[in-house]
Amino acid sequence: MERNNENKIISEVTTSEYKYGFVSDFDSDTIDEGLSENVIRTISSKKNEPSWMLEKRLQAYELLKTMPQPRWANVKYDEINLQNIKYYSAPTKKEKLNSLDEVDPEILKTLKRLGISVEEQKRLTGVAVDVVIDSVSVSTSFKDRLAKDGIIFCSMSEAIQNHGELVKKYLGSVVPAKDNYFSALNAAVFSDGSFCYIPKGIRCPMELSTYFRINEAQTGQFERTLIIAEEGSYVSYLEGCTAPQRDENQLHAAVVELIAKESSEIKYSTVQNWYPGDENGKGGIYNFVTKRGIAHDYAKISWTQVETGSSITWKYPSCILKGKFSVGEFFSIAVTKNMQQADTGTKMVHMGKGTKSTIISKGISAGKSNSSYRGLVKINRNAKESRNFTQCDSLLIGDKCGAHTFPFIDVKNSNSTVEHEATTSKIGEDQMFYCNQRGIAEKEAVALIVNGYCKDVLQKLPMEFAVEAKKLLEITLEDSVG
Amino acid sequence: MLEIKNLQSSINEKNVLKGLNLNVNPGEIHAIMGPNGSGKSTLASVISGNEDHEVINGDIRFMGESILDYSPEDRARAGIFLSFQYPVEIPGVSVSNFIKTSVNEIRKSRGLPQIKANELLKAMREKLDLLSMKSEFLSRSLNDGFSGGEKKRNEIFQMSMLNPTLAILDETDSGLDIDALKIVANGVNKLKSSSNSFIIITHYQRLLNYIKPDFVHVLSDGEIVKTGGAELALLLEENGYDNIVD
Repeated sequence: MERNNENKIISEVTTSEYKYGFVSDFDSDTIDEGLSENVIRTISSKKNEPSWMLEKRLQAYELLKTMPQPRWANVKYDEINLQNIKYYSAPTKKEKLNSLDEVDPEILKTLKRLGISVEEQKRLTGVAVDVVIDSVSVSTSFKDRLAKDGIIFCSMSEAIQNHGELVKKYLGSVVPAKDNYFSALNAAVFSDGSFCYIPKGIRCPMELSTYFRINEAQTGQFERTLIIAEEGSYVSYLEGCTAPQRDENQLHAAVVELIAKESSEIKYSTVQNWYPGDENGKGGIYNFVTKRGIAHDYAKISWTQVETGSSITWKYPSCILKGKFSVGEFFSIAVTKNMQQADTGTKMVHMGKGTKSTIISKGISAGKSNSSYRGLVKINRNAKESRNFTQCDSLLIGDKCGAHTFPFIDVKNSNSTVEHEATTSKIGEDQMFYCNQRGIAEKEAVALIVNGYCKDVLQKLPMEFAVEAKKLLEITLEDSVG
Repeated sequence: MLEIKNLQSSINEKNVLKGLNLNVNPGEIHAIMGPNGSGKSTLASVISGNEDHEVINGDIRFMGESILDYSPEDRARAGIFLSFQYPVEIPGVSVSNFIKTSVNEIRKSRGLPQIKANELLKAMREKLDLLSMKSEFLSRSLNDGFSGGEKKRNEIFQMSMLNPTLAILDETDSGLDIDALKIVANGVNKLKSSSNSFIIITHYQRLLNYIKPDFVHVLSDGEIVKTGGAELALLLEENGYDNIVD
């Protein structure tokens, strides 16, 4: 098995002491552009990482050097030059503004319409907050509550320092560095991310959200997230934010790994709203993400995502249904407009007997954008009596956009069931006239129709998140008709 | 309330209405009958502002004002309601959500606050009762998987919720069985007052057994060729259009 090999390599490396004590010559909090072994050593040393972590990073870097950039996705961009990217900058880099008056009024307008409080607006736009902000105290009491149950929820950097054994054991166990070009890059240079551990039999008493630890560390470009749910535990994790997020780094390559032990359940929800670039496609984030979970016997993993940002999205949250009767779910809304491109979907790999997966993908394209659904449903020989249901819908707004579907189905036994349904529809003139005739103008009509179209997925999101996501969809698609 | 003068319209460069005149006063029910292709549904579309149709001459005045430059939503907000011949499906949008949006958009245009959720629900329950519909209906996707009869009843349900000044019923009776027809007619009769008006477009006389029109107009080749009272409908039923339209 691949994974055993991986573990073997990791253990070989980590049991031999690392020989080169490396001290950084850099004094500044930012290091120059470019990627090299030295840069990786600097990152690791600045974060005061143990030698096994540095070894993992260097191994990944060696792999990366041998890999070409993937070009199979249905997206167009110039090859990324890794030497033009900065790989480390101090967490305090964000410029502090003195008041909301200094913030781009367009951003403020959007924040207000999303119903985000003034304090929150300040936090999101980087305004120095003079009043003691609530989230610090919230975060503290919240941590106390979690600690009572033995739940660990902290930044990845902290976890490497304080929970090294767990990180060592699981990091890279679901998404190994060699998985793909961007996972290798992430494994070599990841900046920070979240770590979450739910002990056996514990039902996490609240939704874990990156919101609660955003003040501790600015995570950015190369995020690394690891969630481990022990036997019989449950956790719901929320990532991202509906507020528009700008970042000067163009390339984002995150890796998320989920480990769902026997009879546990992990629910992972994402709202992604990175800067999509201007209407001519200039600027904007390249969001190349690898997300994967492994489900052991009777375990369940659900991915729910609302993707509205980024100029290019390349993302396939996947489930390896290793254990018998394990369950994998993927619910997705992906919106593209202007010149945005998205190639997204999922992989469901059925390995255990009686495993079950559900895929509901809703693509919405407007403007000159292109969105693709790419999915793999693989049912291995031993995954007897397994089931998959896939529903893959595309909604077109206007006549200059495109929607594409690339479903791959590979079934290796004869008693499993695979269903695939796909539809493509347009917001028709007749629907629009019907709404207009009821006093509903175009903008509200689009919001109504789109929300109806996305309903199946929106209702999978935790309540408050769903309300925000709904508003986000409305605002995103404003003025996209006509 | 509604004055249509010398109305001429075209669609895809084909002339359909060719100088139509019609006056509707508050409290009146007008039936428009006529053979296929005479322009009945076009008249409904043009009054409600469907942009597929071009008005090439004449005027439509509603409550004293020309509405030719009004958008469809502005006409709706002014109090014009069209019960569609073929209601459109909007998957995932519940009947109650659609009505709530509609009611609130219209209220907003009139400077009124949003309707309270419990008030809206109460009103919806009352109107459902009136139309012998079950409350489960509210949570179904709009027209999605509805039978022909359910779609038509849903139109009348929306009409009763919006309480329009002028309601145009475009072949609401087609596809209805006799029980549904009675229920729909009952809904219209309950809604009727001295301040609102109805234009009922129909092929057949049978709906007019239950809704008594003040005027019956016969439309032929884009013009009203004959106007009479309720008895004209019976005459048409007996003798066909050919004897009246020549």
